[in-house]
Amino acid sequence: MEKFTRLDALVVPLDRANVDTDAIIPKQYLKSVQRSGFGPNLFDDWRYLTPGEPGQDHSQRPLNPDFVLNQPRYAGARILLARENFGCGSSREHAVWALEDAGFRVVVAPSFADIFFNNCFKNGVLPVVVEGAVLDRLFAAVAGCEGYRLQVDLQAQQLVTPQGEVIGFEVDEFRKYCLLNGLDDIGLTLQQAEAIREYERKRRQEAPWLFA
Amino acid sequence: MGATLYDKLWQAHCVREDADGTTLLYIDRHLVHEVTSPQAFEGLRLARRQPWRTDSVLAVPDHNVPTTPRGHGVSDIADPVSRLQVETLDRNCSDFGIREFTMNDPRQGIVHVIGPEQGATLPGMTVVCGDSHTSTHGAFGALAFGIGTSEVEHVLATQCLIQKKSKNMQVRVEGRLGPGVTAKDVVLAIIGEIGTAGGTGYAIEFAGSAIAALSMEGRMTVCNMAIEAGARAGMVAVDQTTIDYIAGRPFAPQGEQWSRAVAAWRDLVSDADAHFDRVVTLQAAAIAPQVTWGTSPEMVMAVDARVPDPEQVADPVKRDGMRKALAYMALQPGTAVSDIALDKVFIGSCTNSRIEDLRAAAAVAAGRRVADNVKLALVVPGSGLVKQQAEAEGLHEIFIAAGFQWREPGCSMCLAMNADRLEAGERCASTSNRNFEGRQGAGGRTHLVSPAMAAAAAVCGHFVDVRELGPQTGAH
Ligand code: SF4
Repeated sequence: MEKFTRLDALVVPLDRANVDTDAIIPKQYLKSVQRSGFGPNLFDDWRYLTPGEPGQDHSQRPLNPDFVLNQPRYAGARILLARENFGCGSSREHAVWALEDAGFRVVVAPSFADIFFNNCFKNGVLPVVVEGAVLDRLFAAVAGCEGYRLQVDLQAQQLVTPQGEVIGFEVDEFRKYCLLNGLDDIGLTLQQAEAIREYERKRRQEAPWLFA
Repeated sequence: MGATLYDKLWQAHCVREDADGTTLLYIDRHLVHEVTSPQAFEGLRLARRQPWRTDSVLAVPDHNVPTTPRGHGVSDIADPVSRLQVETLDRNCSDFGIREFTMNDPRQGIVHVIGPEQGATLPGMTVVCGDSHTSTHGAFGALAFGIGTSEVEHVLATQCLIQKKSKNMQVRVEGRLGPGVTAKDVVLAIIGEIGTAGGTGYAIEFAGSAIAALSMEGRMTVCNMAIEAGARAGMVAVDQTTIDYIAGRPFAPQGEQWSRAVAAWRDLVSDADAHFDRVVTLQAAAIAPQVTWGTSPEMVMAVDARVPDPEQVADPVKRDGMRKALAYMALQPGTAVSDIALDKVFIGSCTNSRIEDLRAAAAVAAGRRVADNVKLALVVPGSGLVKQQAEAEGLHEIFIAAGFQWREPGCSMCLAMNADRLEAGERCASTSNRNFEGRQGAGGRTHLVSPAMAAAAAVCGHFVDVRELGPQTGAH
């Protein structure tokens, strides 16, 4: 996993609540057995005017000029500003792979669906929870100022606006540690192999039918 | 203070807990399907790791399989990309020694239908799958939740997950459901009440006399949609209904083990003095058959209500969401539910494709005909065994006589990864769980309903209150 420490990047506002993972990456792309290459199909139904299929040359499809990610002023954005319950619905990790593949490393929203939130941390993407009023201000600021950027500092758990305003955020200690160091948590868990075996020995006595 | 069911399940699976609550949680049952697993197996290979406990894993292809005749096996999957994904699952399972019900195994079906059907889902287990509707299995007094692909790899490699405990929420449904009102209506009404993010951060226990009165099929329907209320896990306490359902199933314990297991399972209930962080109560008698009108499961109304008006809503984000949803659904505020005409009807999915669901739909379809304006009415059983059972009861003949198509098991038009889908602009009454934009096909419009309501919509060509459907013409 790629480390995440700090980022200074352009922000794109996606002003909708309950953006589900079907919208982030539509089902037809889930047929891939790869982990990469989902970027061109991020928000596929909103982003293009024609329906898409895997294997197509997406650079030839007409873009929807009304969709915010297509507006030239947001080209190259790496921070996505979103609304409540972002990433709800299907557990598909492809949603995070698509965001990451399209260059996004940070999503800022007032709340996230649990599975999506977890999946972010496994892929070097930082989901930042910011409360509603602050978020409303950020939406207004981004709309009002072309080229609006945020600085994200994971170590300090801060977003810094161009005006120097500091917005703190919470992040779980363990996840922060993994993200800062780019650690694969399977390796970390396997360091506990003895404890897992010990648990299994005990459990096998109590509930042998679980090991049939 | 006592413990909730969730507290007990959590505690029993805690391998290790750090000071900040980060927990290594042991997983008893790992269900695998073709869509969310290929990258996990690839990860194992790249790191030269082996699965920790292959006997805990059960795999099945379901999302991509065709529901039309497929006697030749995988070669009957027309789309080469879909076919590759199913072949990849077959290969991964054989390479790693994992038990799989392959496409033409009579036990094949939707992963959340076959786990319980086989007795592979048992009370007291932790059950995970790379699929958000894993919450279904909580109906058995199990802690069951969906995970992402990285977590699939983590469970394969370590038999554990790194988790933090959720808060406890109890949703009580008290009293008796009216005739024609089903588990699906209950869960849609709950989501309508608490919203799609209402359960975020919680594990929900469904309780109360109306839940206790549900069959296991009904409880699975309710727990299935816990995720649509934002909760990763939904569950119901163990009672005699649970135990009776499991007895004699292929993976269930037998003999002396069975008695020991049953004794242990009896404790899988919340203690009387357990603390819940949030309690929501609904009265069963107040729940009518439900129909969703928008593009989120919380956008739901009673069958006798009218499509709501965004202009009456003060919250600007919500209002805007409603406007977008109505535009997408091509609906006007104030429209009566019975004025919504349909192009297609889908009866199936892990929410409503078990035998009880098919019986309920068949009871409505019997002696009637699918309306002319309905181009396609599909019935897709949840598994090969559900299909066999339905055929033994003659349900397929009722459906076929009424003009429904009777198909092979799989996810089908729930998410349209196979050939079953809506075309742009088509409107569908569906017994599945998500009415998101494009869920059943790009531009398709989905209304979520119960199996009985879907069958009634099919024969009338528009939504109708199943409670008011007159006597069947051919049944007398
Ligand atoms: S039936 Fe639908 S919701 Fe259920 S597992 Fe299949 S695709 Fe997912």
